[in-house]
Amino acid sequence: MSFLLYISSFIIPLVVLYVVGYGFLQKVHIYDEFVKGAEDGFKVVKGIAPTLIGLMVAIGVLRASGALDMLSSIIQPVTNILKFPSQLVPLVTVKMFSSSAATSLLLDIYKEYGPDSYLGKLGSILMSCSETIFYTLSVYFMTAGVKKTRYTLAGALVATMAGVVASVIVTGWM
Amino acid sequence: MLNYLWGIMIIVAIIFGAVNGRIEEVSTAFINSSKEAVTLCITMLGVMSLWTGLMQVAKKSGIIDSLTKVFRPIIRCLFPDIPKEHIVNEYIASNMIANVLGLGWAATPFGLKAMQELKILNKGKETASVDMCTFLIINISSLQLIPVNIIAYRSQYGSVNPAEIITAAILATLVSTGAGVAFSIVARKLAKVS
Repeated sequence: MSFLLYISSFIIPLVVLYVVGYGFLQKVHIYDEFVKGAEDGFKVVKGIAPTLIGLMVAIGVLRASGALDMLSSIIQPVTNILKFPSQLVPLVTVKMFSSSAATSLLLDIYKEYGPDSYLGKLGSILMSCSETIFYTLSVYFMTAGVKKTRYTLAGALVATMAGVVASVIVTGWM
Repeated sequence: MLNYLWGIMIIVAIIFGAVNGRIEEVSTAFINSSKEAVTLCITMLGVMSLWTGLMQVAKKSGIIDSLTKVFRPIIRCLFPDIPKEHIVNEYIASNMIANVLGLGWAATPFGLKAMQELKILNKGKETASVDMCTFLIINISSLQLIPVNIIAYRSQYGSVNPAEIITAAILATLVSTGAGVAFSIVARKLAKVS
């Protein structure tokens, strides 16, 4: 749907306009603050770089060996029934455990099929609307000293599945 | 967890590649993938720093504080049992706003503080309180509105229009969060009945 595309191209400029314009009106030293904040970006990237190197190598060799293709052809009969592309099943599954590993898989999809292909778009949207369930649960509940988590996992899985279904539908509109 | 996963991936790739007659490709992939990860990080440096820089301006000018205030009534709806003036409201709001703005690393410290306060409210029990369940389900449903990192990855891999997925991503995120919120509200009612 070209309407979705149309709004998309406005969002980033509008956010920037609002932030910069409002800061200007509030007489904030916007450029000084911007430069100060941009340093945090370096810290964030520095933090994820080592894991990204490790995991992109792992996914890269897995792809080169032909094991990834074999995996998706094994699960294809099941995913055909669910009308979900088998190439993206590892992405959705791995995302529940590790964000950087899922990122590496997404980049592999971009390389194989292109970021603007159906798989590339669907993969992008799937990654945008899901979180690392098991990682978050363990870190947060450990902090609270909780052992019985009741219905949290069920709720998290429901939200994730809803996101998967919604991603397939909206990608169909694009 | 990743210690096993990573090891298995590498070992499977080498053995499978050797059996499959693709050991040469595997060999090249080791070198090329590591180089590629660094190239990607350079693109990420640009986009992430632009975003964190803008967010610093937003923080300084009070945009983030006023967004946090907007979130107050939503938090009262989601967590009706938390005392109104309790500090945990502040932590939950800050965590959610940071997530919405795509500042995941800034969200976690607030989230952990919120969990510690919820633990005190829960009298340190080993069973999660209803509020903890709600907080985590919504947190995991993904709140991030503008997927800055995904846009950076797309541009690195030659997308014609890296930002074109924004609206679709927002819609999908709203659906997953909506489902998480609905689940939490129903579960809270059921928990009270039993």
